[in-house]
Amino acid sequence: MTASKTTSNRRATAILYACVAAGGVLGSLARYIAALLIPVVSGFPWPTLFVNITGSFIIGFYATLSGPDGRLFAGTRQRQFVMTGFCGGYTTFSSFSLETVRLLRVGEARTALLYIGISVVTWLVAVWLGHVLAARLNRLKGS
Amino acid sequence: MVWMIGGFISVALGSVLGAVARYFVSGFVARRAGETFPYGTLLINVSGAFVIGIFGDLAQDNASLFAEPDPWLFAVTGFLGAYTTVSSFSLQTLSLARDGEGTRAALYIVLSVALSLMAAWLGFVLVDALR
Repeated sequence: MTASKTTSNRRATAILYACVAAGGVLGSLARYIAALLIPVVSGFPWPTLFVNITGSFIIGFYATLSGPDGRLFAGTRQRQFVMTGFCGGYTTFSSFSLETVRLLRVGEARTALLYIGISVVTWLVAVWLGHVLAARLNRLKGS
Repeated sequence: MVWMIGGFISVALGSVLGAVARYFVSGFVARRAGETFPYGTLLINVSGAFVIGIFGDLAQDNASLFAEPDPWLFAVTGFLGAYTTVSSFSLQTLSLARDGEGTRAALYIVLSVALSLMAAWLGFVLVDALR
């Protein structure tokens, strides 16, 4: 490998990191705003559930729309910005874990189990719905 | 208004580090362990859950740094929030299921949820033990 090729590879990697970082900041700020706007009703962590469902939907939709058979042409940088960056920063597994453990520690085992069950099912339904919707759009005639 | 700007800056700074750390760890693990199973995201979510358990327990003490809004927003809302991810977990589970790898998909769901919750719990237990 020549020196110039190594340099251009490093440059490409640095740009991808910048795309992930920029998307991650936007996604995280969106999650923070959602947490400020959505109330926690009767001890149930609605804000986290909301961002994790919508983030799963967006990644499922975008991944299929920008995939090999997709109608949206997107390069690696845009895909990393949206999926690894924005969706990754927007959703959070750590808050889900903390909220569940906190519920368990205050004796709210029923709410904790409900939160786990609802979360996992709705995340997966959301990513699947996003995928199905984008696959339909991809099959539409014309461009 | 000033407190809000401070909060946004704290979240933004933490999330740059968290997103970059996730991208680095997932790439590093994928190069070593291969991409047949999402070990990278699993490691990220379990390790992030362990740390959030520690910080979550520390924050209960009013004298703790994490009882202050900005350190919490930087470390937890920003860094750990951006470091861990549900969207990749969901997409990887869907990909495994669509590839006919139903058993692996189920295993990934169970491992992710069980290990992350155990890790967060362990974080609390550890801090309680050291108090």
